[in-house]
This record gives sequence, C-alpha cells and structure tokens, in this order.
Amino acid sequence: MCVWFGAEDLRTYQEEVNMNKSVFFGALTVAGLAVGAAAAGTLDDVKARGKLNCGVTTGLIGFAAPDANGEWKGFDVAVCRAVAAAALGDPAAVEFVPTTGKTRFTALASGEIDMLARNTTWTFSRDVDLKFTFVGVNYYDGQGFMVPRELGVSSAKELDGATVCIQTGTTTELNLADFFRSNNIEYEPVPIETNAEAQQQYLAGACDVYTTDASGLAATRAAFEDPSAHIVLPEIVSKEPLGPLVRHGDDEWGDVVRWTLNALITAEELGVTSTNVGEMSASAGDNPEINRLLGTEGTLGEMLGLDAGWASAAITAGGNYGEIFERNIGESTPIGLSRGLNAQWTDGGLIYSPPFR
Amino acid sequence: MSDTQQHSVAFVRTEAIPEREPPYTASGPLKWMKDNLFATPFNGILTIVAVYLIYMILSSALPWMLNGIWTTSSLAECRTVLDGAVGACFSVLTERWNQLLFGFKYPSELYWRPGLAFMLLFVAIAPVLFFDLPRKLLIFTGLYPFIAYYLVWGGAIGVPLVALAGCVAGAVFYQSFVARNFALGFLGGVIAAFVTWYIGGLFIPDGANNTAWMRAVPSRDLGGFMLNMMLGVTCVSLSLPLGIALALGRQSSMPLIKVICVVFIEFIRGVPLITLLFVASVMLAYFFPPDSTVDLFLRVVIMITVFSAAYIAEVIRGGLAALPKGQYEGADSLGLDYAQATRLIILPQALKISIPGIVNVAVGLFKDTTLVSVISMFDLVGMIRGPILASTAWNGVYWELLGFAAVLFFVVCYGISQYSQWLERRLATDHR
Amino acid sequence: MTTLTDPPLESFRLSMLFNDTRYRSFTFQAIALVLLVFAIGYLTSNLLANLRAQGLQLGFNFLSEPAGYDINQRLIDYTSQSSHARAAIVGVLNTLLVAALACLMATVFGVAAGVLRLSKNWLISKLMAFYVEIFRNIPVLIWIIIIFTIMTAVMPGPRSYLGEDPESNLLLGLFAFTNRGIYGPAPIWGAGSGVVIAVFVASIIGIFAYRRYAKHVLYSSGQMLPTGWPTLALLILPTVLAFFMMGQPIGLDLPDPLANRFNLRGGTQIGAPLIALWFALSIYTGAFIAENVRAGIQAVSKGQTEAASALGLRPNRTMNLVVLPQALRVIIPPLISQYLNITKNSSLAIVVGYADITATLGGITLNQTGRAIECVLLLMLFYLTISLSISAVMNVYNNSVALKER
Repeated sequence: MCVWFGAEDLRTYQEEVNMNKSVFFGALTVAGLAVGAAAAGTLDDVKARGKLNCGVTTGLIGFAAPDANGEWKGFDVAVCRAVAAAALGDPAAVEFVPTTGKTRFTALASGEIDMLARNTTWTFSRDVDLKFTFVGVNYYDGQGFMVPRELGVSSAKELDGATVCIQTGTTTELNLADFFRSNNIEYEPVPIETNAEAQQQYLAGACDVYTTDASGLAATRAAFEDPSAHIVLPEIVSKEPLGPLVRHGDDEWGDVVRWTLNALITAEELGVTSTNVGEMSASAGDNPEINRLLGTEGTLGEMLGLDAGWASAAITAGGNYGEIFERNIGESTPIGLSRGLNAQWTDGGLIYSPPFR
Repeated sequence: MSDTQQHSVAFVRTEAIPEREPPYTASGPLKWMKDNLFATPFNGILTIVAVYLIYMILSSALPWMLNGIWTTSSLAECRTVLDGAVGACFSVLTERWNQLLFGFKYPSELYWRPGLAFMLLFVAIAPVLFFDLPRKLLIFTGLYPFIAYYLVWGGAIGVPLVALAGCVAGAVFYQSFVARNFALGFLGGVIAAFVTWYIGGLFIPDGANNTAWMRAVPSRDLGGFMLNMMLGVTCVSLSLPLGIALALGRQSSMPLIKVICVVFIEFIRGVPLITLLFVASVMLAYFFPPDSTVDLFLRVVIMITVFSAAYIAEVIRGGLAALPKGQYEGADSLGLDYAQATRLIILPQALKISIPGIVNVAVGLFKDTTLVSVISMFDLVGMIRGPILASTAWNGVYWELLGFAAVLFFVVCYGISQYSQWLERRLATDHR
Repeated sequence: MTTLTDPPLESFRLSMLFNDTRYRSFTFQAIALVLLVFAIGYLTSNLLANLRAQGLQLGFNFLSEPAGYDINQRLIDYTSQSSHARAAIVGVLNTLLVAALACLMATVFGVAAGVLRLSKNWLISKLMAFYVEIFRNIPVLIWIIIIFTIMTAVMPGPRSYLGEDPESNLLLGLFAFTNRGIYGPAPIWGAGSGVVIAVFVASIIGIFAYRRYAKHVLYSSGQMLPTGWPTLALLILPTVLAFFMMGQPIGLDLPDPLANRFNLRGGTQIGAPLIALWFALSIYTGAFIAENVRAGIQAVSKGQTEAASALGLRPNRTMNLVVLPQALRVIIPPLISQYLNITKNSSLAIVVGYADITATLGGITLNQTGRAIECVLLLMLFYLTISLSISAVMNVYNNSVALKER
C-alpha cells in the first residue's frame, strides 16, 4: 500500500512539471536523487516549452475572462497572444494562468508564469522593491466611483459618510484612503474579494458606492440590468498605468515583451492592421519604418532573438493596438470605453511607442 | 369444586367479549399525534411553532422551485419568460452544467474520460468499503490510481505504465523479503521502485505526450466538481499511509522521532487550512529548487495531504490507544519484533477501530476542498464565484447556483456518513 | 542467569546496528536526524537561492510602515496612517471577537438542538436531525456565502430608514435591521452614572450571596427558600432606584435617520460581515456541538435517570443534578475542539469582507507589500498560539475532571 501511494505522489509530480521525460527526473530531484537542470533565459525556456505561461486575472470582462466555451478573451489576453505569436509564431500557444491580487506576484517571481498581464498598476515599490520590470503601459486607467443615480450625488466630495465597496488586492484601497483623508471626509470601506460579489453588494444596496478602476467600472456597469440607473462620478482619484510585467534581471525576455507591445502600438500609428499586415510584410514597401517593423528590412527580429516576421505575427494574432482596443473594450462593445488617454499621441492621447530603428 | 362455583355464581360468561376498537383518541393517528406531538403543553407549542416555520419555508421555496425555468440561455431571457412571476432560473445549471462539473478549461470532447474515471471509482472503492465482496476485486483497486490518472490527464501511456511497473517491482521485492526482515523488505522495495521508475523513464521518449493517443490535459485545466472529487480522493488516499506513519511515530519510544511527529502534527492541526493553502499558493514555490516549476494543483495536493494526514494520525493514535495493553504484551510474548507486531497484530485492529473516525476526517476534508476557490482555483465554488457569476449572461443568479453546490455536497457527504454509521454498527456487532 | 548478561563488546558487528535492539533505536534516530537536517537544509538552500536570484530579502521592517488602507471594523484606534503591525493587531482582535461570539452562540444552538433532538416530540426531533445533517454535510464556505447572500438580498438597505418620511421605521424607535448591519442605541454616560453601575454590580454580588445563603439553609435545615423572584427583584430594583435617584444619568444615543443621506448615524452598529460570519459559524458549528451533546447525554446510563426518579427527583432536577454533570464530562473535550474549529474557520472572513487577521495581515497587507513569506509565517504563528493555548486549557480541564478510578 505504502509503496503505491508513494508512486501516485510521484506520478502527480511528473504530471506537473511538463509532462515530458525531464519531469520524471524532476520528481526524482524532489525525492532527493539530484538531477540538475541547466538554467536558461526565459525566452529559451518558452521556446523549449513551446508555450507561453501568461498570468491573467481570474475574470474581468473585457480585460481577461473565459467565455462560455472556456476561451480566454479580452484586452490583456490579446497582449499575451501577441507575445506568444512573436516568440513562438503561434498565438494559441499560451497557457493562461488565472491569478488573484494575492498570488500574482509570487506566481511571476517563482517562475510559474513568464509574464503577467493582469491590469497591474505600475508603481515604484512594485518596480523597485518587489523586483519586477514593467515593460510599458497598455492602458492608462484611474480609479473612479460609481453610484446609483437616485442618490443624486454629482461629485465624489459629496460622499461623506457613505459605505464604499472595494475590490481588494489592488492599489484601490490605498487610493481610496488617501482621497477621503485629503478631503477630510468619512467613509466606511467594505472590502470584497471578487468583482461579482462586489457587484452583488452594490446592487443590493449594501454599499452606496462601488470603486475600482474606471475601466472596470464601465465593464461592471455594462453588465447591469439597467445601466442608466447608475452613474460614474467625474473624479478620477488616481493614476493607474496598467501594463504587462516580467521579472527583474532577464532583460532579453523583457525586451521581447516590451517591443511586442510597442510593435502593436506602432502598427496602429503606421496604419498596419490585421487585414493588411500579410500583404505589407510580403515585400518591402515605401515606408522604411514599416519595413523595419515587419522584417522586410533590417534585422530587428534577429536582435531580439526572434524570427524576422515576429512583429507581423504579433499583429496578425489580434490586430494592432487600436483593433485590440476596439474589439475588446471599445465603444462598439458592451463595455463601451472611449479611447480618451489611450488614444495615440498623434490624436492627443498618451499611447506612444519609441521608434523602431 | 366446579359444582359449588356453578351454584354460587349467578352468571358466568362462557366466551370472551368480542374485542372492541379502542376509543379513537387512544389509537391510530390521533393517539400517535397526542403521544408524539402534543404530549405536554410545551410540546404542543413547540409543534405548532415548528409547523408554522415549515409552512413559511415551503410556501416561499416551493413555488420558486416548481416554477423554475430550465431552458433559457441568459438571466435576462429567463426573467422575460418568468415575466415577474416567482420562479427560479435553473437554466443556469443546464447551460453551465459542464462548467460546473468539469471547469471551463477541460476539453469538452474529452468529458467522457473523467466521467468514466468517476464510474470506475465506485468499482475500485467497493471492495475497500464492503468486506463481503470478493477480495480479488482489490487488484482492480490497486490498478485504479493508474487508470484514473491516465483517463483524467491522458498523455503518454508509458508514464502510468512505468509508475505501475515501479510499484509492482517494489511490491514484489517487499513480499519476497518481508518475511526475513521488515526493514530490508520495505527499504529494498522502495529502492526497487525508484530504480524501475528511473530506468523506465529513460524509455519514455521526449514529447511522447504530444503524439499520445489519449490527448494530454494539463492539470491547470481541471476544474468544477471534478476538481473537488479529485482533490478529496487523492489527498485522503495519500494521507492514509502518512497518517499511519505519523501516528506510529507519535507512539514511538524513540524520543527524537516522537518529537518530530508531535511537532509536525500539532503544527498542522494548529493552523487553519486556508493558511496552508496560502502557503501552497504564495510561499511553497520558494522552497522548490530554482528553475523548477511545480504547478498549483500539485502544491495544493501536497498541503491538503499534509493537513489531513495530521488529523488522520490523531484518529489512528486514538485507535492505538484504545487497544488493550494485552495485545501489545501478547505480541511481545510471541517473540514478534516491533515491525511484525505492528504489522500483524496492532495495526489491523487499531485501523478497524479508527475507520469511523477516518471517514469523518475524509468527509471534513472533502468539504474543505472548497477552500481552494479562495486561492483562485476553479473548483465548484470557484466556478460559481468566478466565471459564472462574472459572466454577463448570468450575473445575479445566486440561489440556484449555491443551492446546486449545496445539494451536490450534501448528497456525497451524507452518503459517506451513512456508510460510516452502517460500518460502525457492523463493527460493533463483530466484537460481541 | 547467564542468558541475561550482555554479550562482550568485542563481538560488536555492524549488522548489530540494525538487528540488536540495544543499538537499533539509536540507528534509526540517527538516520531520522540526518534526513531531517538534510531536508531542512535542502529547503533552506532552495529558499535562499530563490531569494538571491530575485534579489529579495526577508525582513519584518514593513510592519512599521504606514498601512495606508482603512478598516471598517476596529476595536482599537486605527487610521490609514497607522502601521501594518497595528492593522494586524486590529485583525487579531476582530478574529478573537468573532470567534468568542460564535463560540457562545454555537454553544446555545448546539445545546438546544442536541437536547431537542432527544425530545419525545417526533416533529421536533426530526427537525433537529434535519438541521444537524444539513449543516454537517455542506461545506462551511458555502454556508458563509449563502448566509451573507441572504443578509444582503433579504434585508432592506439603510436608505429605506433615512429621510423625513422613511419606508420603514426603527423597531421600537431603537433598532434598524439593514443589509449593512444592525443599528441600535448606545448608552451616553452622564455624571453620576458611576453610582448606578456600582449599585448594579453590588446587586449582582448580592444575588450570589443570597443564593449561597439559600443553599446553606437548604443543606443545614432542609428548608427551601425561594430563589426565583428574589433574584429578579435584587437584579432590577436597586439599580432602577439608583438610576432615578441620581437623576437619570444614563441616556441613549439613538441611530439618527436624518444626519446623513447614506447611512444612519449615531448609536452602535454591528456590521453585516460580522453578523453573517458570526451567524454562519455559529449555526454550522452548532450542528456539530448538537451531536456532541446528544452523544454526551446518551452516554449517561439509563440507570442514573431511573435511580434519580426512584429518589423522587422531578425530571428537570434529574436533568440538572444527575444527567448534565455527568454528560458534561463527555461533552466538554469535543466542545473545546469545536471552539478551536470556530477560531480556525473564522479565517474564512475574507469571503464576507470582515477584517480579521487573515483579511488584514494575510490579505491587504500581503497584497500591498508583497511580503508573502513573512505575512504567511506571522499568520500561522498567530493561529498556532491560539490553538496551543486552547489545547493547554483543555488539558488542564481534562485532568481536573478525569474520573479518579481505582
């Protein structure tokens, strides 16, 4: 009996690590019969594995949520797929790892995931103290407030004495405390674990206000039976630049993720879309920056350790930045976010990619 | 004498009076009600209050349930169909049935695999639960973990085969040497198993999983009630041997071993399972070798196993303590050494006494597997709190989903506890 | 005689380490020690290597930094500028609060259900069996979520109490039951209220003294003094007298529906998360306690009850004087381990948004600082301390009530 229970334990071990033979040795390693594995860069690991492990949220409609068929869909998910397409040539070669506010950093730090694309705010302490590298910003957000219209509140400064529902695990709690303290008004926080539960509390009237990132508020409000009965207050109380992040210290991998994101942004700026990218990357065109981006000129892909067609693969996967935005969270979707700060810099927004040269 | 009586008594009945119906207050339902419901005024009040409560609950729940809608595809649609009437939207269960049972990632064309594994579980577990069944069925029980693993995870068939071969090698070695010396048989068996696994591992080609006949499913894709079942079954069966070892260690006369076991057991029993799950989700990764990734399912299995092993150890310790001292002394006087006495005399009896306690721990553990939803695993409760309630279509359906989860757990746990009571009665008669 | 002498030391062979009972235990312990040291060393070296690879350092300095978040339920002063350590203490106190409340209530539920389950009333005993089975066989997490959902969905929002012409009125003008919690009056201590309290305490002491005296009279002369109405009189009369003589120094701060447009203001408030968690833990654990109580009562042999009635004791006195004291011996040890379970299960507070230690230190602090290892270690240390202290108390109790046999 004992022997075979032990065996089952080991078999589960094998299962875990990568379902190939090296896993078997992994099991033996843990059992104390050391067989070392050479450490390699994340990019090499990803290529060897043939899959990108990408950390996403456990479910926020528009950003990352599984649909009825279990397919992950959303704005953050599209970034993962673009990176997989750039690094592996296959946008479907992604393993999505749902993470909570609590587990996301450990998952990234311990190597369980290769990158984290989970509406995570770029802050000083996360960058410096927790040793992560934010490779850029894919969404400029800010914390807002939603209240029922019938309360007749028109400004967050009128919320003295209100009960506020917060989704925990983000910077939201801190911003909220700062905002109310600096305006010298009182409130009662109700921290809630999941968005669905926070919504339930808010709709039942157990809190007067629901606060989270403005994009999340829009997504939540869109799912209500009667969205017009709720208003989002004009105050945005914080800066929330959300972006994908990787571990400190592996700059090659950081570059891959950073420039994939930049490729999507540049593609929109230059008018490269998922429909014309095939045609454009078939042969060199007139615009040298497009040529460099799509690999018909120069060796940018090689410098990253990728194919020449890495950027065109990334753009083919889900379209350029603008297309991804429109498809997942744009005005034509139920979430209905306008571009706002997230317009290209040429349109008065903040989305700006360094040049490809 | 008979004559005197005949003359002294005026009239004697010669036959019995025909039996009469008892008064209607002393028989039938009325008497039953008087005895069982209205024996005293206080009892009567209690009965009336209870009847009123039951009426209140049923009158609000029954229309809701009977008027349930089973066929719509979203909450909005369901509400349109109900048109303001009271009724449940059970269609969330029919529409998300597979997600509730298997999670949202398990490939839908492969649902038959965990389904079959679940059916076979009953066959495998039957000879363990019911002693009357032919003992040969235990062979299937021994094979079941490998079959179930292969069915649920798929991939290269070599992996479970090699694992099985290792176990068989270990068992054969153990059987042939245990009569000579337990330590030799046990340690040799373990080593034989490892050697077989190592050699067998060399024969499994790299990437065999990708070409396997049974498609490989990563453990991250497991979810729903299947995940609860798998965590429950795996962790209970893994924790049994560990629990036995801990219990024996705690009773040991060797101070160092005893201290290690006591510290371990008391530590695990002193903290809530959720902190151990936090350990699994945020801390354990730091204790594995750098560059190795052990995924969440395995880490959770490790922590839950450790958790239930500590509780099972305490139950078995109770069983060991309940054995009369004469059993130990009798074994000693026969000249059995510690391993022999434990294996042949002590454990069989102690385990038998502990079975009801072990079953209780198992039920508790099975219920506790729902806690994994707190660390972002999508078990049944995790599916409900996460993807289903967060979806636009079913945002706002609570009672139907929570009720379903409650019913599912109730059926399983109540079944197990009924079995435990049956077993307790049976074991009790065995002793008399 | 000679068989018992030890063989001479020269004949020591290596195999004796395994075969000779004199050495074997040392061998095994040495092996265990080596394995233990190896395992700890292996895990530590992995930890250090991992931390070094990520450039992280373990340390508890973050505990003295400002927490930055607010907590809705606090028993001590706390603002968002207080330190993480203070936030943890707030969490500890909240854990202890809900655990203590739930232990009390679970005992009430459990004893009631356990006794009623043995009732001769068929309906009641079946109903209690149903209660016990349904709560024991469904996970506590599901119960907590269900009860929290009931609270939020069924109770009205506080807004229905607000304004000049509210939809619902305060119960007795004192209490409001909302989905944010229960609002009730709070006492205002005016000058002279100390005297009233002193009188109240004195009258409670008086009650005990009187009962003792009554017992003494009963034992010495056999005369039974009434205890019911004198107790009640002693409890109420002096305090009421003192209250009016001091000029009604204690006032009531009622919840005010007009002060704020979001919430009732003033009075005392018990938050909905606390109530939901409290109730869920109590009713869940109550089912387990009911089983313990039933087993305890059934463990008292029927001869005891029969002997008691042969002595002429009435049924309730039989219960109080004969059955319960003996049953308690069986009931209390599992009861205490149920209390332990309540304390451990209170860590599920995170699901209802109650700020216990798991939600503050193991939740928001962990999220904000990213100090996973330190936070989880402290968390486990706390629960371990509580559990070990309760176990110690239990051991003392067990020793004190153990039957002194033979």
